[in-house]
Amino acid sequence: MRLPEGFPFTSRYRILKKRLHPITKEFGLTLYVLRKSTLAVVGAFLVTSFIFLAIFGSLLAPYDPYDVKIEERFIVPSKAHWFGTDKLGRDVLSRMMWGARYSIRAGLVVLALAVPTGVILGGIAGLFGGWRDEVIMRFTDVFLAFPSLILAMSFSAALGPSLFNAMIALSIVWWPMYTRLIRGQALSVRETAYVEAARSRGASNWYLVRRHILPNCLSPILVTLTLDMGWIITATAALSFLGFGAQPPIPEWGRMVSDGRIFMLQAWWVSVCPGLGIVMTVLGFNLLGDGIRDALDPKLRRVTEVKWKQRTFS
Amino acid sequence: MQLRNYILRRLLLLIPVILGVLVLVFIISYVIPADPARAWAGPRARPEQVEALRERYHLNDPFYLQIYYYLKSLILHFDLGLSATTGRPVLTDLKAFFPATFELAFCALLLAVFIGIPLGVISALKRNKVIDHFSRIVALAGVSTPLFWSALILQFFFYYKLGWLPAFGRSMVDIHRYTGFILLDSILNWNWSAFGDASIRLILPSVTLAFYTMGYLMRITRGSMLEVLESEYVVTAKAKGLPQRVVIYRHALKNAIIPPITVLGVNFGWLLAGTVLLETIFAWPGMGRYAAGSIVQVDLPAVVGYTLVVAIVMILSNLAVDIFYSIIDPRIRVGGKAR
Repeated sequence: MRLPEGFPFTSRYRILKKRLHPITKEFGLTLYVLRKSTLAVVGAFLVTSFIFLAIFGSLLAPYDPYDVKIEERFIVPSKAHWFGTDKLGRDVLSRMMWGARYSIRAGLVVLALAVPTGVILGGIAGLFGGWRDEVIMRFTDVFLAFPSLILAMSFSAALGPSLFNAMIALSIVWWPMYTRLIRGQALSVRETAYVEAARSRGASNWYLVRRHILPNCLSPILVTLTLDMGWIITATAALSFLGFGAQPPIPEWGRMVSDGRIFMLQAWWVSVCPGLGIVMTVLGFNLLGDGIRDALDPKLRRVTEVKWKQRTFS
Repeated sequence: MQLRNYILRRLLLLIPVILGVLVLVFIISYVIPADPARAWAGPRARPEQVEALRERYHLNDPFYLQIYYYLKSLILHFDLGLSATTGRPVLTDLKAFFPATFELAFCALLLAVFIGIPLGVISALKRNKVIDHFSRIVALAGVSTPLFWSALILQFFFYYKLGWLPAFGRSMVDIHRYTGFILLDSILNWNWSAFGDASIRLILPSVTLAFYTMGYLMRITRGSMLEVLESEYVVTAKAKGLPQRVVIYRHALKNAIIPPITVLGVNFGWLLAGTVLLETIFAWPGMGRYAAGSIVQVDLPAVVGYTLVVAIVMILSNLAVDIFYSIIDPRIRVGGKAR
């Protein structure tokens, strides 16, 4: 694409900049607010290290996570084995480093399946209303009335217990919450004056969705996404713990907790360490989610905006 | 009058949701490759016996007919079918297991409400003081710790290491069972040692179960309380020179309490789901363990029965929350038009 003459200073660019959504337009501000909060920084650090582990964990792991050495079973945490070894003499730390990827993959897959479904269904229900709304929401109610863990367990049992099927089962359980969220947002945005103005101008439904409804749903979705990552990681671990998710010898963290459970008395570290891993990860996502929520909260934003402007434009 | 109509309408709405739940479970059971007739007949049954069972329980029919038969026996005979794992009618099983689960979930709910909400209020009032930081850390730990792991840790410390609390099972004392709820029964029997035993055994599981909900409630209460405290009517009330107690209880708290109560209905559902994990770990003889066991055994009538009970409880608890609203907040008139 050929840039217009005097590019960043043309009026067209300025219009383009104005048309961007506040979140993107004031991305710098958002980051600034986020950085101001210690807890959000801690959360971001935890999440980053978790993602780092998920990507590079297998390269950095000191031992082979599947290497069985019966004679080295239940070694107390030491310099050689930081988190000790489990009942088959496998290094717990190495297994945890390999295991991070399963948790993050579960989170991403579930969100990738559940969020679009929720957005489409909730968008249709909220935007069009009428019988479409009734049908979709009653359908959603059915899924919401279901005990989610039991639903996930029975889907998992129906599909055969494996990590992949647990993810599918969790996505089946997860989409109704997004449908609810998006419908609520769409309903409130639909009533605003600017949507009415756009409509009276003859804007199509698709235009409304693209330009008004989706951007306005962005911040609640972003917050929910971050918090839900933690939730999904816990839920996957819980399914694996009950035997409906990852099967041995996969080093999924929930599975590791459950494997070490009967040896709690002789070797607490086998269960405790992977559990701590889950806690730290979920804590990270919770802190980051809280931080993002505060950073996008217009009330809290206004206070910091002044400082930010003073800093940036002086 | 209006309230009664509203409750009736909500109860009627139960029917389509429950039908939907049933259809869903039947679809799941239809795709499950296991054969329930084989489970009922036992391992040494001859093929024709299995076939006869299959014919008798309409297992060869398409699933909409199966739903029809299921509903028919449910409505006409109040029959939920036969559980293959226990060999008893599902309804009998559920009746036996329900009190244990309800007792656990209800105690956890009480704990969560009576610790989480006051903690949230105090936290908001003493913002950025030591107590605020402390309760926020507790709440964060609550929402970040997976239930199954905190259960293991608490068991490890309070049972194995310290030996203070029993970690497995429900009280088995021999008292006359009026209701099946041991706490209630021991009071009715005027048997305080039984009551003590039952409540000591309840401590670990219910505290574990309450931990998450407590943290969640605390966070929501704190947030809404902070928002209310900054609102104009609270500022006005303060400016009028009203005593702090009146400002907090009469003005702030009544408004701030709405969001935490809204999530209570949903939370009760989570508690029930949590019992599936907890009862497995604490060997608690309740519905959750029964359901987990029957899923493993592909005991479909038991799973369907459990799901129905939980769905009904969840819908009823949401209804209770909605009714509670109108008591606490006269502006919300249930069934009326939103203003």
